[in-house]
This record gives sequence, structure tokens and C-alpha cells, in this order.
Amino acid sequence: MRVEAIFLLVIAAFCAIAALIFWAFGLAPIYLTTTGGGTVMLAACCLLGLLPGSYYLWWSKRMTPRAEDNPEATQADGAGVVGAFPSSSVWPFVFGFGFFMIALALVFGLWSGVFGGSIIISGIVGIIVESRRGGLPTGPGSSVRESG
Amino acid sequence: MTLVAERPPVLTPEPHEPEHGPSGIVKWVTSTDHKVIGKSYLITSFLFFLAAGAMAMVMRTQLTSPDSTIVSQHTFNELFTMHGSLMLYLFAGPFAFGGLANYIVPLQVGAPDMAFPRLNALSYWLYLGGGLTMMAGFLTVGGAADFGWVAYAPLSDAVNSPGAGPDLWIVALVLTGFSAIFTGVNILTTVFYLRAPGMTMFRVPIFTWNMVVTAILILIAFPVLTAALIMLWCDRHIGSHIYSVAGGGVPVLWQNLFWFFGHPEVYILALPYFGIVTDIFAVFSRKPVFGYRTMVFATIAIGALSTSVWAHHMFTTGVVLLPFFSLMSYLIAVPTGIKFFNWIGTMWRGKLTFESPMLFSLGFLIVFLFGGVTGIFLASPPVDFATHDTYFVVAHFHEVLFGSAVFAGFAGVYYWYPKITGRMMREGLGKASFWFMFVGFWVTFLPQYLLGLHGMPRRIAEYSANRGWTELNRISSAGAYLLFISVAIMLVNFYVSWRKPVRAPGNPWDGHSLEWATTSPPPHHNFVFIPPVRSERPVWDYNHPEHTSVPYLRPRRDPVLTEAAQMVDGTRAGNGSGDGSGNGSGR
Repeated sequence: MRVEAIFLLVIAAFCAIAALIFWAFGLAPIYLTTTGGGTVMLAACCLLGLLPGSYYLWWSKRMTPRAEDNPEATQADGAGVVGAFPSSSVWPFVFGFGFFMIALALVFGLWSGVFGGSIIISGIVGIIVESRRGGLPTGPGSSVRESG
Repeated sequence: MTLVAERPPVLTPEPHEPEHGPSGIVKWVTSTDHKVIGKSYLITSFLFFLAAGAMAMVMRTQLTSPDSTIVSQHTFNELFTMHGSLMLYLFAGPFAFGGLANYIVPLQVGAPDMAFPRLNALSYWLYLGGGLTMMAGFLTVGGAADFGWVAYAPLSDAVNSPGAGPDLWIVALVLTGFSAIFTGVNILTTVFYLRAPGMTMFRVPIFTWNMVVTAILILIAFPVLTAALIMLWCDRHIGSHIYSVAGGGVPVLWQNLFWFFGHPEVYILALPYFGIVTDIFAVFSRKPVFGYRTMVFATIAIGALSTSVWAHHMFTTGVVLLPFFSLMSYLIAVPTGIKFFNWIGTMWRGKLTFESPMLFSLGFLIVFLFGGVTGIFLASPPVDFATHDTYFVVAHFHEVLFGSAVFAGFAGVYYWYPKITGRMMREGLGKASFWFMFVGFWVTFLPQYLLGLHGMPRRIAEYSANRGWTELNRISSAGAYLLFISVAIMLVNFYVSWRKPVRAPGNPWDGHSLEWATTSPPPHHNFVFIPPVRSERPVWDYNHPEHTSVPYLRPRRDPVLTEAAQMVDGTRAGNGSGDGSGNGSGR
């Protein structure tokens, strides 16, 4: 986890330095330009690296070491549950269609957003119900078990 | 039902059960499998590529003769706008970052799927919805968007570009922008959290590393674009004056926001393709990547620098910091040069063979070098003042983007097609496609440099005969037709491999990274067996125990492991054919 944290912090550090230089350049009046917007965007990029990066660094010192960070790890070290992966689901398609309708509503008249909006709401209901009850069956039986 | 993927403590060489889920159209609509979604992305983006290529053909035909009237000026504006938009937003990015990354990254890190499979499916549907929205502009009364793929204010406001077409373009980019952001989050999480045991960050293949950096760039760039587009929509619809002088707004703000997205965007389009060719050079040279770590650091440096060069597209506006942006733009040449050095170092004294993926990668190397060098010219403000908005710039960015998205993209297609479909492509047709493309490319774009230096502006639908641009335009159009033939041969190759399949083994190229440790195509949840990861090329180490420099693997192999591996791939290519040139990969 340390490498990932440092990777993000390096991005943050670079953007901080770039923002400082950019801002300092703007102080000289000969360039006839304002640098406010660019400085803000670069500072936001710095935060984008800084927030997750510093959290990862904080967490990397507290977590149990992971098999993927251990260069000597064997297959057995990583045995067990990798994660829960949902089976096939129709709701992403429903969401996608709803957002597509919303996009068209932004062009052809906001009133028609009612259709897209109701599709998205039904998608939200559907995906919550599916997460509790289960979706279409799929996948090999041997390495799969049901949960929840 | 939630499926829980588990890694077995001992490798079980039992045959894989066939997948019993939905099939047919229901499978494609409901699947959350990264492989199905990846294939959807690849097919969709390739169709957009063909559509955009057809538009380019019409434009080149129009420019073949002076005062041509094949299409009207308005149609020509629509064509170049949609050509650029389709190629950049709907082909080059989604093809690599949505398609190849979706398919290959979980395989390369040894993951059973992407971290958020349903979010991944949503990304695809947003992308498809966005693409269809953008194309729908052609069906409206006023036609599609016609303000160039950069949509500069005030040209893109409601007065200068009325109608539904530009609005559709704007909302389409919001949709595809969210699609890209979701994919970026997904890939970062997958690489950070779902790697195989022993797969430390500095053993992840370069392709995946480049995808990680690309994901960061997407998270930096796309929110800015989305914000800018929403403000543009407000200007057009609810009467705000963010980009219009009349109401106290600042038109150049659009350029600042757009290019703050736009320059990272060109690296979002380039870095994945750098990753493809890095993997291919190593495999077809039978050597590890030369300077693996410097390659990673160079990628990170390119990604970081690309956030602070946006205004080199705006030198001629006169309101940007020329020295800052010029310096930063020059600096990008350094990590890119390191990459070139390492690519050549990877091939140096390797045991090279020239199958189609390698040929396309070499084509990329040469084409991108020219595009990169002219990019260094353009980073100099005086040169940019002279050549801005001429065909010199057109030729430059086509060399960069065609070099990466098409040459390296096709290299990736030829390289991973056996893994994705379980079938081989025909070598002869692949090579013919390459040579048509390579020759056609230079014939198309070298004249455009000269045209630019002779002062031909971008985005003109016609020119008068006394300008002296006719011959060069004819040559350029002839080259474009060669490119058309090349893509047609590629399509024939797809057709032949579809109708007369040649079965692909699991590891046809004697590959290095984990995707070659599974079957072609991979089973549900990807792996029945993962070889021990002890260097950045675990599969090569495993297949060549006689040459590996990793002590752990030297002793006689575990019989269970061997049996499992043979079950995965009975015809492992190149076993024992190494010549020792691959030593020195371990640590």
C-alpha cells in the first residue's frame, strides 16, 4: 500500500510546486495575464493526490500486510475470498438508458426529463433490491458460493 | 446472488465448468463481466473509428481539387468537427482505456474481475449513450455540431451555433466524461486492491502502470471538462454570460478550461498506447523491458507534466504565460525521450521477430518520433505563432494521435486478439495491412507539413487554384486512400478469422505477463492457475526455468503446478527456445 500512497503523493507534490511557480509568475505585471484560474485548477489537482494519498499512507502503517505487497508471497498466502463480485445485472443498462434520456431532455425540453428521471428512480430501487435478494444466476459452480 | 471469487490455496487442475448464465443479447446487455464489457467497448469504439474515418475520406476527397463542391461548407464544418470528436472522445480514449484496459488490466494483475463490475457496466452504457447522442446530431434540422472538436467560445454560443446538434454534442460529452471517470476509478481500485499474491506495484506490467497513470489523468481532466460543458449549456439555455463578453464574461476562460482538460486528454490518448508497445517490444525481443523502473517514472513524469502545459494550445491568444508553458512543454520531451531510449534498449541485441504486432509497434515508434519532434518545434512560441492553425499543426497531431491510437492500437489488437477471441489473425493480411498503412500514412501527412508551411489554414472547405496547394493536397488525398485500403484489409482479416478460425493457444507469443497464463479466451473469473510472481514477467519465468534468474523458480517444478499449467495450455509456445538473452530480469 505504501507504493500506491507515495505514487499519489508525488502527483500532489508536483501539482503543488507547479501551482506555486505558476502563481509566482503571474505576480510579474509584464505578462499581461491573470493566473487565478490556472492556480486554482492546479491546487485542486494537488488535493486530488493529497487526500487519497495521505489516507493510504496513514492506513498502510496500520493494516495487516497484504500478500500482493510481499515480494515473496506464494499462491497459498493469497488464498481465500478475493472479493464479492455481483453476477450479471440489468440495472446498469437501465441507469445508462435513464441518463441517456436525461441528456436528451437537456436538449429537447426539460419537461421530458420526467421519463429519464423515473427510469433512474426505478433503477435505484431495482439495484437495491437486487443487492439484497440476488440477480440472474451465472458463473462456475465450483469456485462460487452464495452470500447474502 | 452475489458471487464470491476465491483463490484456491492449492492449485486445482480440474477442468473448468462451462459458464451457465444468460446468453445471446441478454448476456451482452446484462453482463458485468469485464471481458464482455471490454469486448463491447472494443467493438463500439471500432465502429466509431470507421465512421470517423469515412468522414475523413469525404474531407480528403473534397480537398483533392481547388474550389471543390462535393460537400457544402456547412457540411464540411460538421464533418471535421465530428471526425475530431469521434476519433478523440469516442475512439482513441475508449478503445484503449475502455476496451483494452477493461479486458487486459484485470488479467495482467491476476484479478477475477474489475473492482466494481456494475459500475463498469454503467460506464459502458453511458459511453454508448453519449456516442449515440453525439451521432444523433446528424439527424437534426441544423445538422451536427460544427464548431470544431474544441468548441471555442464565442463560436459555440447560442447565437453563432444555434440548433440541437451543438446541444447534443455538449450533453454527449458530459455522458462520456462520466463514463471515463467511472472507468478511471474502477481501474485504479482494481490495480491497487486486486493484485495477485507477490505482484508488487513494481512487478505490474508497464501496460497496467500506464493505465494507472492514465486513470489519474482522467480524474484530473474530465471533471474540468464536465464543469466547462455545464457552464456552456447554461450560457446557451438559461441566459448566463460566463463565456460571452456582452454579459461581462470571458471567452478565453473556455479555452483555459477546455485545454486544462484537453492537454491531459492527449496523454490519456497516448499513455495507454505507450503501454501496449512496451509490452509488445519486450515479448517480440525475447527480453525483459529495459529499464522497467525508469519506464514507470517516465510515465508518471509525463502524466504530472501534462497537467501544467495546457496553455501551449493558446499561445496566440496573447493572455497566457508564454515562458511557463513553453518550458513545461519542452520538459515533457525528457521523459518521452527516456521512453524512446528504453524501447530501443529493449530491442537492442534481442532475438527479434517481426509478426504483425511488432511491425505495427515499430511503425508507431517511427511515426510518433516525428510527431514528437514537431511537437517540440511547436512548444516554441515564435514557431507556434507562425504555424498556429495551419496544416502544420494538423500534420503534427495526426502523427502523434494516429501513431498512438491507430498504429499502436492495431498492434494491440493483433497482439491480444488471440487472447480475446481464442483465434489467430492471418499474418499475411496483417503485414499487408501494415505496409499499406505505413506508406499511406507518410504520403498523407508529410505533404500536410509542407502545406502548413505554405500557409494553408486548418478547417477550410475550399481553396483557390492560384495558391499552389493543389498538388500537395492531391498527394495527401492519395495517401488517405491507401489508409482506407489498409483498414479494409484489417476488416478482411477479422472476417477471415471469423469464418475460418485458427485455434489460438493460451500463450501464442511466449508472453510475459499473467494474461498469458490463462486460456484463450479466459474462463469466468479469469484464472484456474496463477504462476508464482517473482519478477515483472511471471509467465516467462515459469515457462523458461532454464533461463530464469529468479532462484525461487530454479528447482524442479511442483508437479501439480505443471499439470495445471499444461491443462491451461497444452501447446505452450517457445518452451525451451530461449537463448539466454532474457537473463537479468530478476532482482
